[in-house]
Amino acid sequence: MQRVRIVVTNALPPLLFFALAICTWHGSVVLFDLKPFLLPGPLHVASAVAENLTRLLSATLLTGLGALLGFTLSFAFGFLVSLVFSQSRLIERSLYPYAIFLQTVPIVAIAPLIVLWIGYGIQGVVAVSFIISLFPIIANTTTGLTRVDPNLLDLFALNNANRWQILFKLRVPGAVPHMLTGARISSGLSVIGAIVGEFFAGYGTEDFGLGYLIILTNGQAKTDYLFACILFCTLLGLGIFTAVGFLSNFLLKRWTNSSE
Amino acid sequence: MEDLVIAQGINKRFASGIEALRDIDLSIARGQFVSIVGPSGCGKSTFLRLVAGLDEPSFGTLTIDNRTPRQARREKIDLSFVFQDATLLPWRSVTRNVALPLELRQETTQPAITDDRVAEVLDMVGLTEFADASPAQLSGGMRMRVSIARALVTRPELLLLDEPFGALDEITRQRLNEELLRLWLEDRWTALFITHNVYEAVFMSQRVLVMSDRPGHILAEISIPFDHPRTPELRATPEFARISESISRQLSEASA
Repeated sequence: MQRVRIVVTNALPPLLFFALAICTWHGSVVLFDLKPFLLPGPLHVASAVAENLTRLLSATLLTGLGALLGFTLSFAFGFLVSLVFSQSRLIERSLYPYAIFLQTVPIVAIAPLIVLWIGYGIQGVVAVSFIISLFPIIANTTTGLTRVDPNLLDLFALNNANRWQILFKLRVPGAVPHMLTGARISSGLSVIGAIVGEFFAGYGTEDFGLGYLIILTNGQAKTDYLFACILFCTLLGLGIFTAVGFLSNFLLKRWTNSSE
Repeated sequence: MEDLVIAQGINKRFASGIEALRDIDLSIARGQFVSIVGPSGCGKSTFLRLVAGLDEPSFGTLTIDNRTPRQARREKIDLSFVFQDATLLPWRSVTRNVALPLELRQETTQPAITDDRVAEVLDMVGLTEFADASPAQLSGGMRMRVSIARALVTRPELLLLDEPFGALDEITRQRLNEELLRLWLEDRWTALFITHNVYEAVFMSQRVLVMSDRPGHILAEISIPFDHPRTPELRATPEFARISESISRQLSEASA
């Protein structure tokens, strides 16, 4: 009963706001007689979704696959880079500024280059998604691996622990919460990366993702369809972000309550 | 009795220029329980780190069983350290935290030997039923008992304790003082105990050393005449109050 009340009090206000926004949107379209190619009403968008549902779903699946692959790659590669950083201050100092470069470079500007080098299709999409989601993993994991309680380092030294024991029995398990924070940030970015990647790299493929569908519908002035694409982009991002958030909460709970 | 720890003319100056310790001479016989009391920031923890070999003195010699602390550690002359906080690994259960030193030293590859020893020390500190709990589920006093069990699991010859009960409430601290004494009487390791609490030092120790404000040096040494085993009632005796009072006075002169 208590739970139901919490759900209602938490879910009701945003739902009411959503209904209000939809009504205002629909009202303005009717009232000001807006052309559907400028601003389609919610009903137009809904019918565009219904009409193109198979296409939208397959595009979402493809974009999701690209994002997931990009995210997985950046998690694995970022973890390895952070391991190296944690073992050598010199390497970290030499390379960290270039890791920041990944964060600051406008991905839209280098995406055409990536396509030129790696090629059209899924590999180009994954590459863009990988690059955009890499930095948060490196930054957070490196912080977690290097910021260790000095008393624990002393404890390990007192027991003659070697470098590998310190890394795998202290630094890596201690970095788990930081890694999960990085993963949550990166998961959202990987979806953006996949969509941007498809703007440039999606052209050559038979099946196309949401990014290419956005370019296509925009070019054909099918604004209602474009809105449907944006809706599915948002749902995809939300889905991946929620899934990673759920997974990381689960792991975090196990991390502090492990009974093994 | 033969001296286990001998410190001669120990000086420590940090790279920052701060002089932490000046001319410390001290010897601890095997099996003795010795406390150092001093105002906070006087360098008593620094001295303990030198004995553990976690840091090197600027001048002077320090030996454990005629070896430098680092040599002693390499040759497995066992010393254990109990930190101010419990410093447990939050992702490990109580059992796996206590097993950590044995795991790191890799002296035995037989898990059964490790398991038996861990069960034994958990029983000694009365935490058998919390063996599978995680540190987050324990109270501060229980966490400190896990920390002591972890220090004892390697059967150390020398136990270095750096204000281990400083963060605990008075009742819990007194109970842990009594438990630690009981463990000491059973196995008779050598103890060097750092604290700023005079009553705690007097209750547990055979000798109490008073350290001055920075740069720390030994101002006075007091032998505590009470026999072991000591009971909680000792704290209520006039003699206990007199000795504690005299040490407190020297301590307040030290920090003035």
